[in-house]
Amino acid sequence: MKKIFTATAATALAAIGAASALVAGPADIPLIIEGEEMIARAPAPDYIDGVDTIYSGWLFRSEETQALEVDDFENPAMPAVDYGLELWETADGSEGKSCASCHGDISEMAGVRTVMPKVNENGELWAMEEYINDCRVNRMGAEPWKRTKSPEMLGMTAAIGLQSRGMPMNVAIDGPAAPFWEQGRELYYTRVGQLDMSCANCHEDNYGNMIRADHLSQGQINGFPTYRLKWGGLGSIHRRFKGCMKNIRAEPYKPGGPEFTALELYVASRGNGLSVETPAVRN
Amino acid sequence: MKRSLIAAVAVCVGTSIGPGTASAGTIAPADVRIVDMMVAESLTGVLGDPANGRKVFANRKKGNCLACHANSDMSEMLFHGEVGPPLDGVAERYDEAFLRALLVNSKAVFEGTIMPAFYVDSATLNRVLPKFQGKTILTAQEVEDVLAYLMTLK
Ligand code: HEC
Ligand code: HEC
Ligand code: HEC
Repeated sequence: MKKIFTATAATALAAIGAASALVAGPADIPLIIEGEEMIARAPAPDYIDGVDTIYSGWLFRSEETQALEVDDFENPAMPAVDYGLELWETADGSEGKSCASCHGDISEMAGVRTVMPKVNENGELWAMEEYINDCRVNRMGAEPWKRTKSPEMLGMTAAIGLQSRGMPMNVAIDGPAAPFWEQGRELYYTRVGQLDMSCANCHEDNYGNMIRADHLSQGQINGFPTYRLKWGGLGSIHRRFKGCMKNIRAEPYKPGGPEFTALELYVASRGNGLSVETPAVRN
Repeated sequence: MKRSLIAAVAVCVGTSIGPGTASAGTIAPADVRIVDMMVAESLTGVLGDPANGRKVFANRKKGNCLACHANSDMSEMLFHGEVGPPLDGVAERYDEAFLRALLVNSKAVFEGTIMPAFYVDSATLNRVLPKFQGKTILTAQEVEDVLAYLMTLK
């Protein structure tokens, strides 16, 4: 059954490749995850030039990939989420505390994903990973988790993100966030690499178009951490940014560093209004 | 004399490594002059090879032109991109000097284009990965080869 479906999809794609004009733009179908309709298209926030409507990356994927995200039993990210839930309850570090000791049930984290990254008390811009490691190091007396690839950090960010699934992204871009947002916007429009392209060249000017075998989306981050079939596992926002930069032969910024965190804020703001879809599935 | 020597050295350091491509007659990326959106002279003085140009056109690590352009002459290959216009009949729309200028530095021809510049000095670009610094996407001869191939698309 599954096999035949794959073959059909491949044939369909081949036909598209040859005719090269059949897919244009995002799919015109609702995104319903576990019976709940997500906001997968919304008017672009007024501070975004260049697009009128924002779209979930899900709308640009093949039917087969789409199917994996809408059913939690099919979603290959769920074992990692379960690991995150287990860690939430597990005491660690010199203080003998778990996340739950202070925060209670993980459902208390509902809404947190929608406002990340945000400026902390000291005026620094932090993404979810930095808040988590701050609690581990300064409140639990535990080792920080590796930011980008550790199963612990990926599982925890996925489990926390899931608590906000369906809620609209709503990062702050004004007040203390304003200079970071400006920096992120600058990075988004700056051409880099031997191929000399900016994020906007692909994700603003050409979403909906095929670039070889890839159907370009708007590069939204409302579904992160995302399970990528190519990675065979969950990956963070900064890992995806890094991959896009390397593809254009540009030297990526440091994951967790100020540039990528500012870029994350700006890209998140381009998705303000779309539902959190964590954990999304992409090819 | 002095000038061409410098140019030749720059080419050896400057372009992608390809056996036998950097000859003394090759114009270095920084020395190519685009006048009125034209480069009339060959970059190498060696006639382009359309068969190799066809390969470079499709190769993902070289021209990767197919990523953005559909091309009926390559209907045997899957996945033609749609970021740029189809290149069928392109030799009838443009002459050789214009197409050479476009391949060397697309931005000198189509302002603000997403299309990469295939033969420019990497020092003029931003945050190029170290392993591609001092190199061009295509060698001078590969530009001539792709150009010879484009001239067959009638
Ligand atoms: C000793 C108590 C304590 C422990 C243990 C703890 N935290 Fe926290 N955490 C806090 C406090 C206090 C804050 C800041 C105030 C707030 O926003 O709740 C915070 C903030 C956060 C935030 C940012 C929330 C926001 O809205 O800004 C996240 C995310 C977070 N913690 C995750 C975790 C995780 C995951 C763990 C376990 C690995 C953990 N915390 C363990 C006390 C704790
Ligand atoms: C050469 C074109 C290109 C450029 C330039 C580019 N990307 Fe991408 N990006 C892609 C492709 C192809 C994909 C996979 C298909 C898709 O979702 O568009 C992708 C995917 C993404 C995704 C995942 C979207 C999702 O739904 O999960 C994000 C996020 C992203 N890119 C961000 C960026 C950022 C930030 C930049 C600039 C630093 C950038 N990209 C530059 C081509 C590009
Ligand atoms: C990242 C996408 C991209 C790649 C890769 C690319 N191009 Fe282009 N190309 C474009 C776009 C877009 C245009 C249209 C000009 C514009 O408005 O930017 C264009 C225009 C052209 C034109 C003019 C076509 C016409 O009918 O006006 C030619 C010829 C061309 N490209 C050849 C090539 C060749 C040969 C290669 C590979 C060596 C290549 N391109 C690689 C995007 C690309």
